[in-house]
Amino acid sequence: MNPIRSVSMHVLAAASAACLTLAAAPASAAADQHARAQRNYDTYCVQCHGIERNGKGINSKNMSVQPRDHSDAKGMTDIPDDELLHAIQDGGLAVNKSVLMPAWGNVLSPEEIKEMVAYLRHVCNCGISQ
Amino acid sequence: MKRATVIAAVVGLAASASGHAQNGQSIVESQCIACHAVAKPDKAGIDHLWERKGPDLHYAGSKFNQAWLESWLQNPARIRPAGELYTKHLKATDAEDAVDETTLQPHVKLSAADAKAAAEYLMSLKAPDGLVQAGAFKGGKVSPSMGAMFFNKLRGCGACHSTASGTGGASGAELHTAAERLQPDYIYAYVKDPQAFDPGIWMPTLNLSEPDLQRLTGYIVQLNGKGATP
Repeated sequence: MNPIRSVSMHVLAAASAACLTLAAAPASAAADQHARAQRNYDTYCVQCHGIERNGKGINSKNMSVQPRDHSDAKGMTDIPDDELLHAIQDGGLAVNKSVLMPAWGNVLSPEEIKEMVAYLRHVCNCGISQ
Repeated sequence: MKRATVIAAVVGLAASASGHAQNGQSIVESQCIACHAVAKPDKAGIDHLWERKGPDLHYAGSKFNQAWLESWLQNPARIRPAGELYTKHLKATDAEDAVDETTLQPHVKLSAADAKAAAEYLMSLKAPDGLVQAGAFKGGKVSPSMGAMFFNKLRGCGACHSTASGTGGASGAELHTAAERLQPDYIYAYVKDPQAFDPGIWMPTLNLSEPDLQRLTGYIVQLNGKGATP
């Protein structure tokens, strides 16, 4: 095979692969972020917010303030994204809520906290209050 | 003759001591490692937490009190009300989530001799230098009501940890037997930075002040198993 043609074919193949990767990347990255947020929720949040995300976690029974029901579209719509982010990172007291919601900023990365906010919007199936 | 007897006795003692330790190690390696890491995991983090079935033991000697360990291994009682990892052992109910007891296995039970040997071996597994600092807890007494107020209302620890049987949070280890179970300096160090022991653990690092750490450790070591402090 002509070496120049061979190189061209390789370049073409690489370019095609790159296009396919680019096309697939956003969907795949979003799926990865969703999966990571879901597992983080199952690890850190379920203990209070519940396996059904309804605020009925195993620890909620004896709590003086009930954990937020993340499946409540109405209640969640009223909370802006930056408040959700602030509450997760710095804890309930930072947003004038209960101390029983701890600060997760030393456990989750800023990226993971952003993903969690997006995941909460998915759970509540609600947008942001304007 | 006398000298030979003494040498033989010394050799015998050494063999017995080393045989005992070896026995403890072999018991731990045959009975414990399916659920517990006795060496620091290569990849500590959330994956490890989801894979493991019990807490890591590679720093057991800096964590537990030997007498408690020896006794508990003969008569184990659940320390984490919802097991480990707690999410795997929950079920939704009409009220709050509940522990799905069908998913939890009883802990292995050892004979008195095996428990003694295993406890001795586990106590030889120390935390890396600097993780638990001897004398970090100053041993100050804490007013029970003040301690409880910090533990429950001001720092929120009671949300996940129970201080009396059948009450309080269930996703964290119960603390009503913590005084018998744990070394005070370990309690101090773990409360200060749980992530340093168990990367990714579902207990947050709260940047607690030194007085808070002393107060909370003091409160926990004063718990007597009945929900009140002595």
